[in-house]
Amino acid sequence: MTTEPDSSAQSAEQRGAASATVPPTDDPVGAPASGPTSTGSDQPDHDPVAFTRPAPTTTGKAAVGKADVAFKNLTRAAGLGLLALIVAIALFLVLRATHALGENDGNFLSTQEWFPNQDPPKFGVAALLFGTIVTAAIAMIIAMPVAVGIALFITVYAPRRLSSPLGYIVDLLAAVPSVVYGLWGLLVLAPHMKGIQLWLSDYLGWIPLFSADSVGRSFFVAGVVLAIMILPIVAALSREVFLQVPTAHREAALALGATRWEMIRTAVLPYGKPGVISASMLGLGRAMGETIAVALVLPASFKISWNWLEPAGNTIAANVANGWGEANDIGRGALIASGLVLFVVTMIVNIIARAIVARRRDFSGSSA
Amino acid sequence: MATRIEVTGLTAYYGKFKAVSDVNLTIEPKHVTAFIGPSGCGKSTVLRTLNRMHEVLPGARVEGSVLLDGEDLYGAGMDPVNVRRTVGMVFQRPNPFPTMSIYENVIAGLKLNGIRKKALLDERVEESLRGANLWDEVKDRLNRPGAGLSGGQQQRLCIARAIAVEPQVLLMDEPCSALDPISTLAIEDLINKLKSSFTIVIVTHNMQQASRVSDSTAFFSLEKTGDPGRLVEFDKTSKIFTNPTEKRTEDYVSGRFG
Amino acid sequence: MSTATVPEPTVPGPATPGEDRLNLRGEILPRFVPPVVAAGSLVVALLIYLLTPMDSEIQIVLMAALIFVVAMTAISTRVEGRRRARDRFATTLVYGTFLLALIPLIAVLASVISKGAGRLDISFLTHSMNGIGARDSGGGIYHAIIGTVEQVLIASAIAVPFGLLVAIYLVEYGRGRISRTISFFVDVLTGLPSIIAGLFVLAFWILALGQGFSGFAGSLALVVLMIPTVVRSAEEMLKLVPNELREAGYALGVPKWRTILRVVVPTALPGIVTGVMLAVARVSGETAPVLLTVFGTNLINANPFSGEQSSLPLYIYSQAGQPQQFAIDRAWAAALVLIIIIMVLNLIARLFAGRNRLK
Repeated sequence: MTTEPDSSAQSAEQRGAASATVPPTDDPVGAPASGPTSTGSDQPDHDPVAFTRPAPTTTGKAAVGKADVAFKNLTRAAGLGLLALIVAIALFLVLRATHALGENDGNFLSTQEWFPNQDPPKFGVAALLFGTIVTAAIAMIIAMPVAVGIALFITVYAPRRLSSPLGYIVDLLAAVPSVVYGLWGLLVLAPHMKGIQLWLSDYLGWIPLFSADSVGRSFFVAGVVLAIMILPIVAALSREVFLQVPTAHREAALALGATRWEMIRTAVLPYGKPGVISASMLGLGRAMGETIAVALVLPASFKISWNWLEPAGNTIAANVANGWGEANDIGRGALIASGLVLFVVTMIVNIIARAIVARRRDFSGSSA
Repeated sequence: MATRIEVTGLTAYYGKFKAVSDVNLTIEPKHVTAFIGPSGCGKSTVLRTLNRMHEVLPGARVEGSVLLDGEDLYGAGMDPVNVRRTVGMVFQRPNPFPTMSIYENVIAGLKLNGIRKKALLDERVEESLRGANLWDEVKDRLNRPGAGLSGGQQQRLCIARAIAVEPQVLLMDEPCSALDPISTLAIEDLINKLKSSFTIVIVTHNMQQASRVSDSTAFFSLEKTGDPGRLVEFDKTSKIFTNPTEKRTEDYVSGRFG
Repeated sequence: MSTATVPEPTVPGPATPGEDRLNLRGEILPRFVPPVVAAGSLVVALLIYLLTPMDSEIQIVLMAALIFVVAMTAISTRVEGRRRARDRFATTLVYGTFLLALIPLIAVLASVISKGAGRLDISFLTHSMNGIGARDSGGGIYHAIIGTVEQVLIASAIAVPFGLLVAIYLVEYGRGRISRTISFFVDVLTGLPSIIAGLFVLAFWILALGQGFSGFAGSLALVVLMIPTVVRSAEEMLKLVPNELREAGYALGVPKWRTILRVVVPTALPGIVTGVMLAVARVSGETAPVLLTVFGTNLINANPFSGEQSSLPLYIYSQAGQPQQFAIDRAWAAALVLIIIIMVLNLIARLFAGRNRLK
């Protein structure tokens, strides 16, 4: 996220407002057993913290120093704990996957079939990974421009009176759980998508991707459901980023004789780019990892299909949801192995995004 | 060929609030005209009406006319985009585009007008940066981010960016208020140099600055908070600061009020 | 044109004849043009619809939109020039995408409300699925609500203090490589697909440690998902606390850790609470991790530490997968309840955001 080099008025207001909350400094406090914020209380002067060691300010420097070090170590332990968590996730996925992979009769990366429960087990992640990437890509292609459009509409185009309620609505839509989108995609959208899919296959059928013998619950439908699902979250985050573009930069562009669109291209989009990339990566992660909506829509077939309008395909996440109920030990290991692949792919995507954002850090208006 | 500005019966609103009322003044070409007055007197608002930046704020509107060499900026068929290209502006806080290099900042306005030729752009960049007394300081690092310069350098970069599109008029809204005294001096020197090419209007809080850089001075004031600001007196700077006609002007320039 | 360097202005360029010497004018299309073109496009699209074998009403709208964009751009380019035409084109696109996006998003809410409201009543909220057969119409979500509430509370109790400590470390102490690494992995966790969190707890808690399915296992999975959200929002808010406040604390001789706990965190508190509420709202709707760890049941199980539980998202998923209309109806009603819960959580978060002194 970019942080705005804030205007003097704002920071002055912060200072003024914040200094009012400085609590008295002469009462003793101990190290926190748990963060005071977990109570959700809004009383800065009330201290819900348990005392582990009272440290009155009058004691010598050594005691204060010790408490300081202890607190610092506590927070660092939490930070390192987070790293340990990541390592644990990778480790346990690998651990559980190895056994199943050892028993595997096929090549895990290139096999399309998924028969981990038979003897000997034969399964591979190829078709699943393909489906994951295709549905996520369709979702991103549809959702990204639309989300940026929504964010621009709310922050730049919409009348001021409308812009804040609209932002609120987008935030609310972003909070609607994916299972609801999946339910809607399965029961409402999929039947309505037939016409569009037929139309696409009639007129664009000469492109292999759009040719179809029959249309139905296809990659395309799953991609559209995913697009609708990630749309609000990407739009909501992009909107926040665009809101942070300082008025000074927008006015600078206008004062040079820019039209509204040129102002957006000169001042808004470049400033917001890192934030929008982060937002879209979050969206991509959601789209690739979305389980339920896709599991409800796709017919769960294990083949790499280049005809994206035909009812076929599966994704890693959906396959876990569908397959794990009947999975035996090897089957579970196989599912965990596929999860590991998903984990690695999302990591790679994150690293790429990070690299893009960092490449022009010098130029990102962030002061950090 | 700098330009004369005639303001007649200008009243500016923010929504229902009347910010300034009935301003009439004539700004001479190749002069530096300073707007002074206490906070909230509408001097910045008047400045922003001179290139139609006022209307950028939601709900803001203008009555009256602003003639630029006889053409009314607010007349029918006027394109605010063209107006702003002709009347450049420098803001209170230096605001170079943070995502652009020094070079890109200077050519930002030119690119909008479709100038793409590298040789021409190079030439304009040097010309504008020299014009803004910044060339020698940055010529070796044109591809570094503009935001990496010091405050005073950033402000001169913004001036270079504004003059790169070759405007007729340069509006400056308290250009030194965020700068240290040395940088302020540099900007004031620059203003003196620029007035040979541009009509300059500068809003300032600093009366010494107004007396140092300007040829004419307009004093704005308001009766009390909530009232619209008005133009109290407009005359040669020397007259305003030594022998003003109005009592209120005298009180203000002598520091007795505001 | 004058240049800045030359003291004397250079010879003026060939001034345009007439009064517009400064070239301030621009041809701007009158305000009535866009609506007229829009109406025209619609008429043309209708004609095409009537004369050619187009078979869906959506296509009329699409066709009209296409004609409008092309016609408007052409007219604008001719009259107003390329820059303005591009501006108009962008405006049309932005409005277009906004309207386009509204349709499905509003449709989702409308479907849930219209289909869910019919089935939603007190008995639905106060009964479990105990003894409800596949073809029965009764049943409710009481057991699922209990499960969701318990799992989310436990998850918050673990994730919030932990996330807050990490955020404090990153903002107040973190320097150098460790802090950058942690920051990077917070990003990785943010993008972590929720099913991976479920698989992790499955592999670690259930398969490796041999614990059974339980609400607590679900909570563990939700913790993994909550942590990055809490860390990020707390980090943002802590960063907004002005440094002067910290320095004021140090200047008074208050140790750093107390300054943080008594000055910095309380100042940022409303913002942090907002972030926490949003995180809670998010994990309340998570299905995939819960599916793998809580397993689901039709019975009421109030003990999150032992035995299968249910949860609202899980309930929706399992009901939606069944062919009977009764089950589908229950899924919609449960979806409505879930959305209401999440909206309420969001509203509470907003309330705190409104009181936020920093933003």
